[in-house]
Amino acid sequence: MATRIGKIFDELRAKNEKALVVYLTAGDPSLEMTKKIILALGKSGVDIVEIGVPFSDPTADGPVIQEAAQRSLKGRTTLRGVLQMIAELRKISQIPIVLFGYFNPIYAYGAEKFARDATRAGVDGVLVVDLPPEEAAELKKHTDAAGIDFISLIAPTTGKQRAKKIASSATGFLYYISITGVTGTAVPKIGDIEADLKIIRKISSLPVVVGFGISRPEQARQIGRLADGVVIGSAVVKLIAENTSRRDMVEIVAGFAREIKEALR
Amino acid sequence: MIKKMPDKDGHFGIFGGRYAAETLMPALIDLERVYAKAQADKKFQKEFDYYQRQYAGRPTPLYFAQRMTKTMGGAKIYLKREDLNHTGSHKINNTLGQALLARRMGKKKVIAETGAGQHGVATATVAALFGMECKIFMGEEDIRRQAPNVFRMKILGAEVVPVKSGTATLKDAMNEAMRYWVSSVRDTFYIIGTTAGPHPYPVMVRNFQSVIGRETKRQIKKEEGRNPDILVACVGGGSNALGMFYSFYQEKKLKMVGVEAAGYGLNTSQHSASINAGAVGVLHGNKTYVLQDAHGQVRDAYSIAAGLDYPGVGPEHAYFHAAKRVDYVTVTDKEAIDAFSFLSRQEGIIPAMESAHALAYTMKIAPKMSKNKIIIVCLSGRGDKDAQTIVEKGDI
Repeated sequence: MATRIGKIFDELRAKNEKALVVYLTAGDPSLEMTKKIILALGKSGVDIVEIGVPFSDPTADGPVIQEAAQRSLKGRTTLRGVLQMIAELRKISQIPIVLFGYFNPIYAYGAEKFARDATRAGVDGVLVVDLPPEEAAELKKHTDAAGIDFISLIAPTTGKQRAKKIASSATGFLYYISITGVTGTAVPKIGDIEADLKIIRKISSLPVVVGFGISRPEQARQIGRLADGVVIGSAVVKLIAENTSRRDMVEIVAGFAREIKEALR
Repeated sequence: MIKKMPDKDGHFGIFGGRYAAETLMPALIDLERVYAKAQADKKFQKEFDYYQRQYAGRPTPLYFAQRMTKTMGGAKIYLKREDLNHTGSHKINNTLGQALLARRMGKKKVIAETGAGQHGVATATVAALFGMECKIFMGEEDIRRQAPNVFRMKILGAEVVPVKSGTATLKDAMNEAMRYWVSSVRDTFYIIGTTAGPHPYPVMVRNFQSVIGRETKRQIKKEEGRNPDILVACVGGGSNALGMFYSFYQEKKLKMVGVEAAGYGLNTSQHSASINAGAVGVLHGNKTYVLQDAHGQVRDAYSIAAGLDYPGVGPEHAYFHAAKRVDYVTVTDKEAIDAFSFLSRQEGIIPAMESAHALAYTMKIAPKMSKNKIIIVCLSGRGDKDAQTIVEKGDI
């Protein structure tokens, strides 16, 4: 069964374009606004959205996304609420959706129930930062059954043998972490990415997207030449935070995404 | 009989494991391999023993608290004097071991999180000893209430990094240390201070701390010719307790009690009783009991004892609880303060506020036990660092 994620990469390949994946933290500033932003992002050429489920202890995130999560949790965002928002969004948008987060909120929700409810809401993939292949089975068996892609991370520290193991059980796409660090805290080095992607290409035919430190169109263009797509996270979250009280915040964010997407065409 | 744990992936039953970011996984697997080799290497063990003896001052005494026993009027109370270790707590047992591993791995930089500052001091100490660069992550609130330890770390040449996020206590310090480690994993060794974190930390820290129980077993045999009836230790992350319990858990007829911090009481939200009032979850790389809300968001822990102020607990404790091998009870701030003052005045030993929790529970049960029974309390650290807290509470 071709998922929305598989389809979008096929379409992009046919158009000779690279994917723009945009991350944003659900519920920052509110779930209603998150939905509006995603709709606008879809219209400005974003190919996949990664919806961050806020967690109290986001150990893989830099300050920008940490603070977004804290604001979101203050507004009482829950995983249940995020799934409801996605279900509403699905009535009017077919943009591929990846849920991005940490395992504890999913564990508290119940892995099996989560997979069932997520697929019903219209989630296409999940990416759980603190669930390496060694621990993934307890969630993956349920997301597999529900037809949800299990997106896996490969880091600069991973190494070839381990990358092989990760790629062998991954679906949807592979997410290459471009910096040895937490989200949004360093500028990736193109040479390092190129070398690692060469290795990953040899061991997997899945699309590879690159993320964790990309914030400008020029970076996106350079990395887009090497990968199948780029992820913009902290830069978007920061833009939302900085303009949160402005009436044209959604347009500002969408405009930024459009600029990045242009660089990937 | 309880099975030997953990399994090869660091699981203690359903608990433990390695829920870590991919960037750290290769380092964790590497550490596991290096540690396994070191364990089998006589040279490493000899070196570790040497530093334990000549540097930390082991073995620590098993002291018969005669006045306390008399006042309580029941079971004989022995104190395992981990407070007499160099740096003032059991933490040095573990930091020596991990620093030796770091040296083996050729890492010249170490980082650590700290709550009470005891682990921070013990890490700064071994970093100085082995000529390593050292950064200690500590919550701002803890920096304030444990000022003497902050000065000690700085004197030892460590950089103390204030952590402002969350409640600015131990949990947040650990988050920040992990983030820093993700960015520096290629040349930095993370010395985790308790039996938590991703595999192999829980088992490694427990093994380095198990010297406490091994000595105790030998010492009580010599004193009394038999095993004790009850072992009592405080449990935050749980390293002093596991260090004490590990040599005894297969002994039948021996009761082990872990004392969690009840803060202002379990009926309030101000406590650190992860086992007694938490639910199974995943925090800081392992599955264990976690203080959390219904949506899986981790709640802030609280205790007057900064070293117990943690919303999780080591996965092996979670397993011992589920297997009913160890009883986990709670003691409030107030009870701990009373025990702190009591021991200070009865025995001339100022206990760490953490250890005072174990003492407070002992004071509840000892009077009800007969005089031929034996309780051993793990006196995990000394209480100089808590003087300010006690003064602020108006208790002296």
